[in-house]
Amino acid sequence: MSSKIKNTSLNGIQEFLGDDLLEVYEEYCYPLLRINRNRLHETCRFMKDKLHFIYLNDVFGADRFTSEDRFEVFYHMISLRDQQRFFLKVYVDEEQPVLPTVTDIWKSANWNEREVYDMFGIRFNGHPDLRRIFLPEDFKYFPLRKEFPLLGVPGSLELPNTTPDHD
Amino acid sequence: MDFEQKISRNKPTFFKEHQEAIYKSLEDKHATIEIDKSDPLATRMTLNMGPQHPATHGVLRVLMELDGEMITKCRLDTGYLHRGIEKMAENKTYQEFMPYTDRMDYLSPYSNNVAFCMAVERITHITIPERASYIRMICCELARISSHLLWLGTLVMDAGAISYFIWTFREREKIYDIFDEVAGHRFTVSHSRIGGLTSDLTPTSIEKIRKFVRKFPDELKGWHKLLDRNRIFVERNEGIGTIGHEDAIDTGLAGPSLRATGIAYDIRKFEPYLHYDQIDFEVPTRTEGDNLARYYCRMEEMAESIRIIEQCFRKMPQKGPIRVDDAKKSYPSKDEVYYSMEGLIHDFMMTDTGVCPPAGAESYHAIEAPKGELGFYIQSDGTGHPWRLKIKSPSFSNLQGLETILDGEMIADTVVIIGGMDPVMGDSDK
Repeated sequence: MSSKIKNTSLNGIQEFLGDDLLEVYEEYCYPLLRINRNRLHETCRFMKDKLHFIYLNDVFGADRFTSEDRFEVFYHMISLRDQQRFFLKVYVDEEQPVLPTVTDIWKSANWNEREVYDMFGIRFNGHPDLRRIFLPEDFKYFPLRKEFPLLGVPGSLELPNTTPDHD
Repeated sequence: MDFEQKISRNKPTFFKEHQEAIYKSLEDKHATIEIDKSDPLATRMTLNMGPQHPATHGVLRVLMELDGEMITKCRLDTGYLHRGIEKMAENKTYQEFMPYTDRMDYLSPYSNNVAFCMAVERITHITIPERASYIRMICCELARISSHLLWLGTLVMDAGAISYFIWTFREREKIYDIFDEVAGHRFTVSHSRIGGLTSDLTPTSIEKIRKFVRKFPDELKGWHKLLDRNRIFVERNEGIGTIGHEDAIDTGLAGPSLRATGIAYDIRKFEPYLHYDQIDFEVPTRTEGDNLARYYCRMEEMAESIRIIEQCFRKMPQKGPIRVDDAKKSYPSKDEVYYSMEGLIHDFMMTDTGVCPPAGAESYHAIEAPKGELGFYIQSDGTGHPWRLKIKSPSFSNLQGLETILDGEMIADTVVIIGGMDPVMGDSDK
């Protein structure tokens, strides 16, 4: 990754966001930017249209287990033209775990946002098909939240009968 | 859908007994048909394929809305192999978690081990010895060939030729034997360690790899000869499951499926890891974006892998350490453990706590696994367990693309398209 292009992109984002760029973390190869969640959608649009980050690699969540701004959601994007990888992250509050969707910018966000919803219970406004992706809809917990026990919750899912003749 | 609107299986309109029997047999095969009555020719129906279906390569469930033989809409249902690997990772030390990565993409366990170890090595600032890097590269390329061999066998079997599967498996068997010699396991190898490898290549294993590298190009040539101009195979694959490069990027395809649309995105070139920057190799691409293009991409990748292994043997130092000699970063050798007190203490500490990245560190590392970009994002809280470990798996991205690709295809091609995309559910469902 050429550091010159990286700095140009970083300056571009800095100029675009101003004070809404809350944190820049650059210790391990790739820049990780924390931004104000109110400007998430327009920043993603800016990243794609102006800085050529056309390939959204991944969207994923994490649980910070703090009293405020408990969750964080990462957007992992790649510019194939400039050979760069950027991470955006926003904090999400536990009281109101809602974010705007980016599926209208990158179609690939569809399943990844469903996975974040499945694992952390963060909802995405405007998502075309927000269902759980791995776990069944009957499951009422969000397993990657830190308070969810490692061994699971007994009886949380009705399991099929093991005897074949039973209806 | 209202029950009355459907032609119920209790009151079929013609060939009553035959209909009943065929519905019943379909039900037994885990497939159900619902026919819309408002449609007089009964061409629209919903078909459910899987999850227990031999052609879906695991436990993938496909729900299709059909118009005649055409798929108008489809939904994939994943998660039948969800084991919560990311949750388990949060409760294990880094080294303890390594064997779990074997079970993700179980067709190329070695790549998964390497991807995970390199992610941990990046966040803990470990540089592995040169010989270990080359051995990792050799084995990763063998794993790529092994994975592509299974893909080739099943794709051709999906297109109708059963015996092909046996030929590719004969070659896979040789790779299993190599891994048996290298790592002590045939399938779930767990040969990588954080900071290097568990053991060096033995002279027998080197001889076996060399023999495989010598013989394999001839096999590959024979397969090309058999398939490239095979009318059945080409007609089953050409123009099937086509996706353009813009759509491919938009839906986030990964690996050979993306390269078959003309995007030369390969992490080995994009941001070289290990010693891939010192190796001369090509990234095979095609522009058609159909199933045949994916076939050519993967076949050429196997030939490139052989080239990489040959070059690795030439560049690999003949002797040298295979693990970092630092007790705080990697396991001590067994000699030290058995014959010195310090070695025993270090071994205990590595097993008990393991490597501890700095608190608050977050890093990402990706490698080019056989199916595409396999990356690990690690968030550390300073202890020996990751606070959060996110796996970016290539099959997940490819399956998402599959949902788009299947729209507008014929029902009979579904199986071939799934075979061509090569999803592994263990990888996708995590």
